[in-house]
Amino acid sequence: MKILYFAWLRQRVGAGEETVDLPEEVRNVAGLIDWLKSRGPKYEEAFRDTSAIRVAVNQEFAGLDAAIATGDEIALFPPMTGG
Amino acid sequence: MSVRIQREDFDLGAEVAALTGGRTDIGGVASFQGLVRDMAGGERIAAMTLEHYPGMTEKMLGEIEAEARARWPLDATLIVHRYGRLEPGDRIVLVVTASAHRKAALESCEFLIDWLKSRAPFWKLEETGAGAQWVAARDSDDEAAARWEEPSGTASKAAE
Repeated sequence: MKILYFAWLRQRVGAGEETVDLPEEVRNVAGLIDWLKSRGPKYEEAFRDTSAIRVAVNQEFAGLDAAIATGDEIALFPPMTGG
Repeated sequence: MSVRIQREDFDLGAEVAALTGGRTDIGGVASFQGLVRDMAGGERIAAMTLEHYPGMTEKMLGEIEAEARARWPLDATLIVHRYGRLEPGDRIVLVVTASAHRKAALESCEFLIDWLKSRAPFWKLEETGAGAQWVAARDSDDEAAARWEEPSGTASKAAE
């Protein structure tokens, strides 16, 4: 599964993109974030406040309860500030 | 009908001329240009860097544009959004809408810039005297976008 990070999430995680092998029990975005937090202090810090995190699954906005599967492109980022 | 994400600057006059050239059905053209301000929250800004999500940005702007065309009778539309490092006074974003009549052009132009601010995956990093900081999303921007929400699920229907 490909995971993309943008803005301060990218800086805190220390990478813009990574490919991960997801444990079978992770089935939605909330589960993915919990699993990421278990991977080390950088992740723990980056994902401490999930209310500040927005999600896209395969380039469509999604909620924390959105289902995810191998092969999906998941993007995690703060609220957008374009325009 | 057109969305561009680019590092390069753009020229309003040239863009409008290209959009309307050879057409005699357009009666009104509205445009909005966003520029980099030199102050934000009392801090002087030296520059800002815009980051975006290549692929999704084009897709979202295309969807936002399609929504505008579903709501108003538009003859031509253009969205240009820059990314990369920009300095105060630089142009960031351009929205142009053209219609037979002014009301559709003016309203849809405002709709596009309001929706774009809260739905297009861009993030701004400002360089100030105190260091670099990510711009926080503003409630007022969400409120501006929410004004255009349609009751009874019309908007979500159009987005399907």
